[in-house]
Amino acid sequence: MSETADRVKKIVVEHLGVEADKVTEDASFIDDLGADSLDIVELVMAFEEEFGVEIPDDAAEKITTVRDAIEYIDNNKA
Amino acid sequence: MFDLSGMTALVTGASGGIGSAIARGLAERGARVALSGTREAALQAVAGEIGGDPVILPANLSDSAAVDGLVPQAVEALGKLDILINNAGVTRDNLAMRMKDEEWADVIRINLEAGFRLSRAALKPMMRAKFGRIISITSVVGATGNPGQANYAASKAGLVGMSKALAQEVASRNITVNCIAPGFIRSAMTDALPDSQKEALMGRIPAGRLGEGDDIAAAAVYLASREAGYVTGQTLHVNGGMAML
Repeated sequence: MSETADRVKKIVVEHLGVEADKVTEDASFIDDLGADSLDIVELVMAFEEEFGVEIPDDAAEKITTVRDAIEYIDNNKA
Repeated sequence: MFDLSGMTALVTGASGGIGSAIARGLAERGARVALSGTREAALQAVAGEIGGDPVILPANLSDSAAVDGLVPQAVEALGKLDILINNAGVTRDNLAMRMKDEEWADVIRINLEAGFRLSRAALKPMMRAKFGRIISITSVVGATGNPGQANYAASKAGLVGMSKALAQEVASRNITVNCIAPGFIRSAMTDALPDSQKEALMGRIPAGRLGEGDDIAAAAVYLASREAGYVTGQTLHVNGGMAML
């Protein structure tokens, strides 16, 4: 597992208060992890802070699973 | 109670009667305040008379780029933003049948759209901090209407609806969004009314006097306080009883 994936999962566990083993790469934030739209906004802000990336609104809207987040960050981080 | 020590606030329209009173009220309770407005000299004067090391951020809220830059500037200057007071407002009164498109658009842009843009920008740092207070200064006219003020009444009623929507979006993050609706407050705006209209007004105010900026400041201090954390999506009418809503 990549280092990005570890850090993303840690943030998801902290923010959503879910069990770590539920945070698989296929997990959908809303359907599987019980997030609402505001949680997603917060997660995106947390990712931006953690990784020093800017995630614009149109990209943020496409991030629906843990894998989406990891891939976006890996492709865009400095 | 109502101690604002350690908190920071951005007040728009801070050189006006109500805005300066709110800024002073927040500062007296311990908040560090950023004063925004179009008239820099007037802002300097307000800064000179209130305590708490205020910051001055001149901005013209009819310019959307200036509006969007204001909250980031305040966060930079103050280190964080706990309280946003959307107070700036203009009037362009005219009977609806004579109202020009620009008279409508200017009032909506400055009173309502700038209020939305500033709130949107403020929500980001507030979400991060899991604390925030957004307070928009509306008007009794937004609830009752007033002839000659279709644009102004619409802008103020618009702020109320916007605040209720925002309040529901962010209530779970310890951010409250409320309005204060002043009645007739002594200010440059009410001083400009003809005497006959002022007298007629007085007859409609059970308290028998015009409101003062400090009456509004007290409401703002309350809504900004930690103690008011369970109050959200509300409009606090401060009008001497002229409209009981």
